[in-house]
Amino acid sequence: MSETPVLRVADITKTYHVNSSVLARLSRGDGRKSSLSALDGVDLQLNKGEILALVGESGSGKSTLAKILVGSTTPTSGEVDYHGAPMPLHRDKDASRRIQMVFQDPYSSLNPRISVGSMLKELLLLHKIVPRSEVRAESVRLLNLVGLEEDALQAYPSQFSGGQRQRIAIARALAVRPDILIADEPVSALDVSVQATILELFASLQRELGLSILFVAHNLAVVQHLSQRVAVMYLGRIVEVAETAELFRNPRHPYTRALIDSIPRMSAESINEEFVLEGEPPSPFDIPPGCRFNPRCPYASDACRTTDPALATVAPQHESACIRASELDVLAITLTQRTAGESAA
Amino acid sequence: METPLLSVKSLTIGIRRSKSADTIIVDDLSFDIQRGERFGIVGESGSGKSLTLRAIADLLPKGVEVLSGSIRYNGAELIGMPTVQRRRLMGPEIAMIFQEPMTALNPVIRVGDQIAEGPRRYLGLSKKAAMALAIEMMAKTGIPDPARRARAYPHELSGGLRQRIMIAMALSCGPKLLLCDEPTTALDVTVQHQVLKVLEKLCDDSGAALAFVTHDLAVVNQTCTDLAVMYAGHIIESGKVKSVFHDPRHPYTKGLLDSAPDFDQPERDLVPIPGFPPNLAARTSGCPFAPRCVFAVEACTVAMPPTMEVAPGHNAACIESQHIFEGVTV
Amino acid sequence: MTTPTAALVSFKERRRAVRSRSIKPWYRNGSLMAGIIIVGLLVLVAVLAPVLAPYDPVAQHLTNALASPNAAHWLGTDKFGRDVLSRLIWGAQVDLRVGFLAVLIPFVVGSVLGAIAGYFGGWLDTVLMRIVDIFFAFPFYVMVIVLVFIFGSGEASIYIAIAAVSWVSYARIVRGEVLIAKKQDYVVAARLGGMSHARILVRHIGPNVLSQAIIYGMSDIVMDIMAIVTLGYLGLGINPPTAEWGSMINDGQEFITTLWQQATIPGLVVVITSLGLSWLGDGLSDLLSPERRK
Repeated sequence: MSETPVLRVADITKTYHVNSSVLARLSRGDGRKSSLSALDGVDLQLNKGEILALVGESGSGKSTLAKILVGSTTPTSGEVDYHGAPMPLHRDKDASRRIQMVFQDPYSSLNPRISVGSMLKELLLLHKIVPRSEVRAESVRLLNLVGLEEDALQAYPSQFSGGQRQRIAIARALAVRPDILIADEPVSALDVSVQATILELFASLQRELGLSILFVAHNLAVVQHLSQRVAVMYLGRIVEVAETAELFRNPRHPYTRALIDSIPRMSAESINEEFVLEGEPPSPFDIPPGCRFNPRCPYASDACRTTDPALATVAPQHESACIRASELDVLAITLTQRTAGESAA
Repeated sequence: METPLLSVKSLTIGIRRSKSADTIIVDDLSFDIQRGERFGIVGESGSGKSLTLRAIADLLPKGVEVLSGSIRYNGAELIGMPTVQRRRLMGPEIAMIFQEPMTALNPVIRVGDQIAEGPRRYLGLSKKAAMALAIEMMAKTGIPDPARRARAYPHELSGGLRQRIMIAMALSCGPKLLLCDEPTTALDVTVQHQVLKVLEKLCDDSGAALAFVTHDLAVVNQTCTDLAVMYAGHIIESGKVKSVFHDPRHPYTKGLLDSAPDFDQPERDLVPIPGFPPNLAARTSGCPFAPRCVFAVEACTVAMPPTMEVAPGHNAACIESQHIFEGVTV
Repeated sequence: MTTPTAALVSFKERRRAVRSRSIKPWYRNGSLMAGIIIVGLLVLVAVLAPVLAPYDPVAQHLTNALASPNAAHWLGTDKFGRDVLSRLIWGAQVDLRVGFLAVLIPFVVGSVLGAIAGYFGGWLDTVLMRIVDIFFAFPFYVMVIVLVFIFGSGEASIYIAIAAVSWVSYARIVRGEVLIAKKQDYVVAARLGGMSHARILVRHIGPNVLSQAIIYGMSDIVMDIMAIVTLGYLGLGINPPTAEWGSMINDGQEFITTLWQQATIPGLVVVITSLGLSWLGDGLSDLLSPERRK
């Protein structure tokens, strides 16, 4: 891994200040502003030509990170490096071209009053991707690339289904020839039978165009099928990063374990009856001291309540932010035995 | 044979039109739910799965109505039953849980009082006894510190807690049948897992049957014992969950299973179903899946295939089923 | 070029399915058609006034003043002996022109300011919206009458007065719509596409937010015609002797007991015009509503 990553973020934080109303401040009796820490020191790198999945539950900050990466939100601190050089805070036309985004909602992501052809043409001309005479041919090529036919050019978004709209949104992102695609839950609004076609499209874009893709998702089964590496987020931090197979085979953070055990399974044999994670993610207004996962962690020790662990290498290409990462297997067995003992008694 | 708890026969739901043919959304649907059974109804958007559930609860949206057919609860016909009498069943006999609990909870009443309302009305409990029961139900659904949380308003609780409140409310009068409309779709994975566990446990304890509508195959596999797969208003396959998942006998069910990522088989390729989900207005006379079906023959476009028993307790509505799945072992 | 997906998705197939969904075509929309017919006829009358009007609307024949309706003068003559029908026809030209123009100026000014305020937000938005609030605090007619007094009566000052007062409604409507539209992902996508704010505002947001303002504009024309009529009635409107419905009602009311048609007929025409424009606005709002577009 000596190659420079195409995208690297270092110690990104994003804090939102919520202005509480005068009335609320009076009734609470203190004058402080409440602040929400959406991202709290995120380090992550996207390697050339890989699909990196960013997984987490609502409130984990994964969408905020995606917005920072494409430049539509500015971080409170930290920096975004593109091919080793820092990205400017406010990106110009060419800088924003390089990192494109595919959104979750295929309905709000396409302008209802602009036809597909006109939308593509505008981008191709604005960035001088092809000369005017070749705009049409290039538009057709883009449509074919995402699996649509030429006749879609004249049509308006309302004439397409959700899955087709997502294809058009992908064609738009590709029109400006980016080398990084940030996909924010691009299949979670689609029907199951359509999801697979879009996932296959992402895989083929990686394979054939060499795109580097950050795929934000909450569905681990989808992630496992698509990505080479996975980063797990919890409450504004990345708590574990590893190659996909390694992460699912050998999770080294209790939260990752809980996530995996919570996945609804397709075959009855692998349904997990033992491990149920307790409680719900705390609010990002009020992050617990120590390890942010400790109130829900079945293995939390006293040290976990006081030290805030950073990501550390636990195996080759595998980092985890858990001080008990190496003991987890043993701890899990003890826990299972104890619950078994309790239910027997 | 014992009368099933719920028996739906030839249920047709749609929009009645005076000038043109009625728009049919759910077409000639039949299924039974036995006492204590956990019955899943699976389908994509527009399959009519939620409307079917709503028809049982008498909660169809304005303009949509049951055009024909019968819904019998414990042998009593619900269609045509006087509204007052039917509403009396809701709570002590049949209860329902929705996808978004916030829309089903009253925002200005404390959750404890909302749960206690049913037991007071239907079980004739005193205010105090009903509140005690409410707190007990909340504890059963795994809400920490239930006595304090009972005094909270819905907006003060997280999505997972609200859904637990809904479950506590639904089960407070001891219904025999619990209708669930995508109860965990809006929740995070770990919370979904918790809520499903609670739901299962409480149904087991009280012996309530579950009718569980979802688009998520894995959730059905985890929660239900039996299932019906719906497509364009028809049940195209039904049977034991195990049997249907291991040996699907309708090309659509097979397609759904092949297109959904399976966490336990990461190497398996996802095979999408070609074409688009059906359009209600453009109904055809034949099998609704025929336009997307790679196995479709001419006869498929002529008439809706009859439901046939392909294995004991396992039905599929596909005339080519035997051809397609002969020798297929999973 | 390689085609990565297994099969190209035929779009035609989908289009057929979408089309089969029954959306009422625009010509089956009752209120829209009624509005188009009424407003269309009025515009036609206004344009063809020189041809249609049997007499010169301002030519005085004092010898033939206050005639009852007869074969030569279908609606009679006013106190200066001018033909009422001719004045009614020429009045259409004046009132419709002033109505439309008095809407056009505030429509443009208000929409532009509202769009800028909504899109950029911040102090600009705060300042602009406070100004709007101040304007809203004053009753419409009081403001217009005061302004016409200041600028003096006549067509130009009516435009200025009405524009100065009614741009705030457009600003508020468009700002609200822009606030919604700018949160849509397609606007974020346009930014990522490297487009300038001006381009996004004009090409990407504009067409999505103007329909509400256009619909409001239709009812605003009604308001403005009423305002002109009211001003005319108060003697602050179009300078005499130009034919104009409001001043005709004003002139005719003196004789309401003997020659009732002199005030009533122009009044009726005003009502019909208002109805036509309201229906047109109603129909347009059906046609432009987002549900149709979804």
